[in-house]
Amino acid sequence: MNVFEFTLLIWLGSVVAGFLGSLTGLGGGVVIIPLLTLVFGADIRYAIGASLVSVIATSSGAAVAYVKEGFSNIRIGMFLEMATTLGALAGAALAARISTTLIAVIFGMVLIYSAYLSSRPERNQSNDEPPDPLAMRLRMGASYPTPEGPMTYHIHALPAGFSVMFVAGSLSGLLGIGSGAVKVLAMDQVMRIPFKVSTTTSNFMIGVTAAASAGVYLNRGYIDPGLAMPVMLGVLLGSLSGTRILVGAKTRLLRIIFGVVILVLGIEMIYNGLTGRF
Amino acid sequence: MHKPFHAWNDEQVDRIISTILRNGVAVAALVVLVGGILYLLRYGTTPPDYRVFRGEPADLRSVSGIIRDVLSFRRRGVIQFGLLLLIATPVVRVAFSVLAFALQRDRTYVIVTLIVFAVLIYSLIGGGL
Repeated sequence: MNVFEFTLLIWLGSVVAGFLGSLTGLGGGVVIIPLLTLVFGADIRYAIGASLVSVIATSSGAAVAYVKEGFSNIRIGMFLEMATTLGALAGAALAARISTTLIAVIFGMVLIYSAYLSSRPERNQSNDEPPDPLAMRLRMGASYPTPEGPMTYHIHALPAGFSVMFVAGSLSGLLGIGSGAVKVLAMDQVMRIPFKVSTTTSNFMIGVTAAASAGVYLNRGYIDPGLAMPVMLGVLLGSLSGTRILVGAKTRLLRIIFGVVILVLGIEMIYNGLTGRF
Repeated sequence: MHKPFHAWNDEQVDRIISTILRNGVAVAALVVLVGGILYLLRYGTTPPDYRVFRGEPADLRSVSGIIRDVLSFRRRGVIQFGLLLLIATPVVRVAFSVLAFALQRDRTYVIVTLIVFAVLIYSLIGGGL
């Protein structure tokens, strides 16, 4: 196989990964790294560099579609980005100090956890507890459009959400993924922000978080132009087409299928990690 | 509360941010594509080699090195420049948010946003991690 065929195959794989990632809301990064390492035999450090770049492209590219809907909350997003960017730096620093075997195993566990998260139904939480006083002072509460008119919401448990966001940032920096699933978990489950607001704000945050670790990876020589080029262009095309189709589509079955794929990839990453193939 | 007439409301800020992001990604993707085509024309028939990690050469690791590469039309350097533009897009977005919050006289969020901005710049300059 020469560079041309190699590049074309990776591009095609990245289009599919980006497409499924945006349809299911799990992001393309979770599939890109197993694809590059397990299928194409690339070193996981090159894979992480390429994936990070594609994560920034997806997040920034999709923002246009989300902003029109008016769900994202820039105050919450910016405040929590302090946690995710510092976490991303910590994760990127850690990545250079632990073995690639351990990175592969942690990656596998995160994949399995993401598969579990995606298998659960979206729940609507009750909003009767008093909101977080710090969040009130920071004027984070807002409203979002519904068919019945604007719906106001408040933020709960800001310190706990902030901590989970630091973890999300660390995983992003360590593994080169967007870790959107953990970000949504922090906002939706911990801070009890409405699901739609959580997912769109998370998307906004993913690009900034990934940029924080991408700089470190660039300086460390993990970002290879020849490999990152087809990944970035492919994932961007795939995810933009996915966002177009997503509006009103039934994605329950797709989420289950993608969840199973991620589960298998997760087990595969752990197995290959433990048998010393990374 | 007195507001300067220049300040954008949150919705306008959202819209400007989305314009920044969209254009940043579009320009970055275009540069990467051009660099990619040049790269494939030159190296397309050579065997790929990503099995063993060596790390990129010094010129592809730093902002200044990448810019020098582009100015001398090195193919991999052109791709890397596109990727650098992509990484810079969220940074520009955050810098704009500093300005937007400053115009809204929102001191708390100016500080919050400046902290995020500082982390991003530190990462890009390569502050010895």
